[in-house]
Amino acid sequence: MIPLSWLIALSAIVFTIGVVGVLVRRNALVIFMSIELMLNAANLAFVAFASHLKSLDGQVFVFFVMTVAAAEVAIGLAIIVHLFRLRETVFVDEIHLLKG
Amino acid sequence: MAALWSIPAVQSATWALVKVLIILHAMLGLVSYLIYAERKICGHIQARTGPNRVGPLGLLQPIADVLKLLFKEEFIPAEANKVIFHIAPILAVFPAIVTFAVIPMGPPPMFVVTDINVGLLLFLAMSSLGVYAITLGGWASNNKYALLGGLRSSAQMISYELAMGLSTIPVLLKSGTLSLVGIVERQAGWYQVGPTPLWLPNWGIFHWYLVLPFVIFLITAFAETNRAPFDLPEAEGELVAGFHTEYSSMKWALFFLGEYMNMIVISSIAVTLFFGGWHGPGLMFGAHGWLSEGPGWMGLVWYLLKLFVLMFFFIWVRWTFPRLRYDQLMGFGWKVLLPAAIVNVLIAAVWLFVRGGM
Amino acid sequence: MLAVLFVGFAALLVVTSLMVVLHKNPVTSALFLVLAFCSLAGIYLLLKAEFLGMVQIVVYAGAIMVLFLFVIMYLNLQHDVETGVQIAVRRGIGWLVGALLLLVGATLLGAPAHGGSGWALGPANDELPGVEAGNVASIGRLLYSRYLFPFEITSILLLVAMIGVIVIARGRTRRPDESSRRASEGA
Repeated sequence: MIPLSWLIALSAIVFTIGVVGVLVRRNALVIFMSIELMLNAANLAFVAFASHLKSLDGQVFVFFVMTVAAAEVAIGLAIIVHLFRLRETVFVDEIHLLKG
Repeated sequence: MAALWSIPAVQSATWALVKVLIILHAMLGLVSYLIYAERKICGHIQARTGPNRVGPLGLLQPIADVLKLLFKEEFIPAEANKVIFHIAPILAVFPAIVTFAVIPMGPPPMFVVTDINVGLLLFLAMSSLGVYAITLGGWASNNKYALLGGLRSSAQMISYELAMGLSTIPVLLKSGTLSLVGIVERQAGWYQVGPTPLWLPNWGIFHWYLVLPFVIFLITAFAETNRAPFDLPEAEGELVAGFHTEYSSMKWALFFLGEYMNMIVISSIAVTLFFGGWHGPGLMFGAHGWLSEGPGWMGLVWYLLKLFVLMFFFIWVRWTFPRLRYDQLMGFGWKVLLPAAIVNVLIAAVWLFVRGGM
Repeated sequence: MLAVLFVGFAALLVVTSLMVVLHKNPVTSALFLVLAFCSLAGIYLLLKAEFLGMVQIVVYAGAIMVLFLFVIMYLNLQHDVETGVQIAVRRGIGWLVGALLLLVGATLLGAPAHGGSGWALGPANDELPGVEAGNVASIGRLLYSRYLFPFEITSILLLVAMIGVIVIARGRTRRPDESSRRASEGA
């Protein structure tokens, strides 16, 4: 029996680590990885509640989240590759042509 | 001590540990003699004898090889990433060995380490993890040929993984369970056409809608293990030695070991899914056939025989066919095998639904 | 026993996530993320979601992270160099925001007065409705009955993503009349 509060706390901690990663790092790929961490923290919360409420809907939703995350990673990486071809850098603060 | 032993969890854990050690050592021995068998068979296919100097018929050749590899100098390239350079060969062997935990080598409960109810998914998960070894091995060597070989090989592996997973779905549809023990148990008995049994065992391959999936599985197995005719990434002639150019002695031996172990694992899965696992005469109807009332040692014998046949087929194909070029390889995987596997799932599902078997 | 395993996997998850965010080399970050996904899969197995655990390894650790590694190796990224006062200030603000978020979460989870439940959300239940029938079968039944529409829409989403990736990653190609002219000149 794993108490639900432990699971939610773990999900919150991993989500916060993901948020910090997005805010702190400059490398676009590491930012993307932190976004994946956040998505996984949300998945953990879904599965935790699915197990607590004795319903499988949470697990089905995790299935959909994984699919959407896969699609998002593919497109995001393609964009980053294209951006690298144009700007020769993946650091997000060096891509500031549109800055005012 | 006796009190500890009386807890059923401790008992099952200890037995599982014993089985794990036995399987580990047996498979390591099997791999070394598989390498010897490959060289012998390769020799005979090429109209020469193969190793016959070391020991009678060259049977001590693997031991000599291992001793040589142990004493070779370990050379690490200067700019290589040390940590990942060391981890990559371990990653080559680890997924293959983990899959052995769920393969039934004989009638349960004695001959399978553990029977989880998503055994087939575990196999697919471990074959997905096997891509890392090659990618990281190629990258950590700081060598452009190794990097190219590594990236090509991993691209090939992830492309063929899809077709492999999809080709196992008709088996899943027929058996109704992901557990490998369950899949084997549903291949017991004789093949029935309506109410009349034929003189054919009820193995997967004798069902017509599983023949093409078996062919697709076999072809993708060649691609997954990076063996000919799909071994351009490690081709000795074209890319120096591909992703394991910079590896020497035991690290290279671990990569080699990983490749052969992968071969054995995929052959085992093919035997489990399509050839009835441990079923054979004397053990047709479960573990208690006319030949044994015991735990079913004949099951282990039949499993090993089928495994050896498949491994001989792997070796045979390697020394018979020429290599596929990389674009031919990728085109074949994506444009031929993947649609064929998808169509197969459709056909099997429709047939099983119409026949009312689901 | 379950709690011990859970604490182990949870600790591994937190440590590897921290290493993902903190490490300078993007390849090492990616490998730590793979380890984080595998420990998360372990937690799913503990929560009796074995299908999801295996699919997590197949999809996340086995496909998505391989894609990440491909791109990192293709772009030949080295260690991140992060010097300069501006970057340090921004980094400090980032950590501050993270700490604030964690504090807010802990408060909401803990104090009953703010709508939380006093850290006592109760045990996760051991019995699930579909456990006897097998997790995979029950999820399949749900997917094809109640969630059929999202399932089909997801397949269209994947198709769109595939087409989009091919178009984006292809780069610029010459126009057809240009390339045929060049071909006839060279022939």
